[in-house]
Amino acid sequence: MPKRATPEINAGSMADIAFLLLIFFLVTTTMDVDTGIIRKLPPPVEKNQDDVEVNDRNVLKILVNSHDLLLIDGQRGDVNMLKAKVEDFMSLHPNNPKYPEVKPKFIKELGKEVMLSKGVISLKNDRGTSYGMYIKVQDELAKAFHEMKDQKSLQMYGVKYDQLVDPAKVKIINKLVPVPISEAEPENVGGE
Amino acid sequence: MSRFKVKKNKEAGAINTSSLPDIIFMLLFFFMVTTTMRETSPKVKTKVPEASQIQKLEKKSLVSYILIGPPINHRLYGDNSRIQLDDQFATVKDIGEFVARERQARNEADRNKITTSLKVDESTKMGIVTDVKQQLRKSSALKINYSARRAKK
Repeated sequence: MPKRATPEINAGSMADIAFLLLIFFLVTTTMDVDTGIIRKLPPPVEKNQDDVEVNDRNVLKILVNSHDLLLIDGQRGDVNMLKAKVEDFMSLHPNNPKYPEVKPKFIKELGKEVMLSKGVISLKNDRGTSYGMYIKVQDELAKAFHEMKDQKSLQMYGVKYDQLVDPAKVKIINKLVPVPISEAEPENVGGE
Repeated sequence: MSRFKVKKNKEAGAINTSSLPDIIFMLLFFFMVTTTMRETSPKVKTKVPEASQIQKLEKKSLVSYILIGPPINHRLYGDNSRIQLDDQFATVKDIGEFVARERQARNEADRNKITTSLKVDESTKMGIVTDVKQQLRKSSALKINYSARRAKK
């Protein structure tokens, strides 16, 4: 059998084929990472459960009506005021009856008792409230608590909360600054 | 006699392009790996609201989506916000079944790590969102994410 020289395959168009595929995947790729506000819903409650009595001074009531208007603790308010209001409410003033009570809490990681506010933020919205407004309020609340965590972290470790590397420290800050947001069942006043 | 010969007539040699396909292939593989094909086509408009305190959702495979918003084809379906699950319109009652289905599709170990991402149009009224949330609570899908865009400063 005579030895036949195998003809070399022309690889010049390889790049073109690869280009074609590349452009296809470039076009179909969606790089959108879903972002949002992560929350945990409370577990379902049994029907015949007694409502927990909470002292009135411990609750900051935020109401949003069907016209997207805010009522913060009985006063008409604005979304931009919310952050300052919440931070002020959660600050510790044990002897002032206008502020929530404080309770000592033993924190295992620190090995000592720390005074924490008993304040709860109660958020209630109407069925006619727009979702955009709801997220605005949630965002403001998140901002307020984030800032409080920042402050605590700066005070204790000298860095901001986001820059904490040690997960144990993050855990301590999360225990020192709890996020007590309670969402009430919405009312249908203004209609949908 | 110089050691370094100085070339007199400089002629730009052709660039060796034999490694071009390799480079292109590298890019190609990158995009192939990162590509996720969209499985559902949206039937409702979801312009999610802006927020500043947003987090990234870590594992995409452990996220199930519930879309709520006004239908794109508003001539046919009206302007009221509707729920879309997978590829079709649904009602609040279907949520429980949807959650069960999403759980079935995952590994047993991952079933309690599923996050439900609510992609809700900002004009939607809270009534329907609350109904969905109550259903999610009932079927104990408690980890939720209110999908939001990063606010422009």
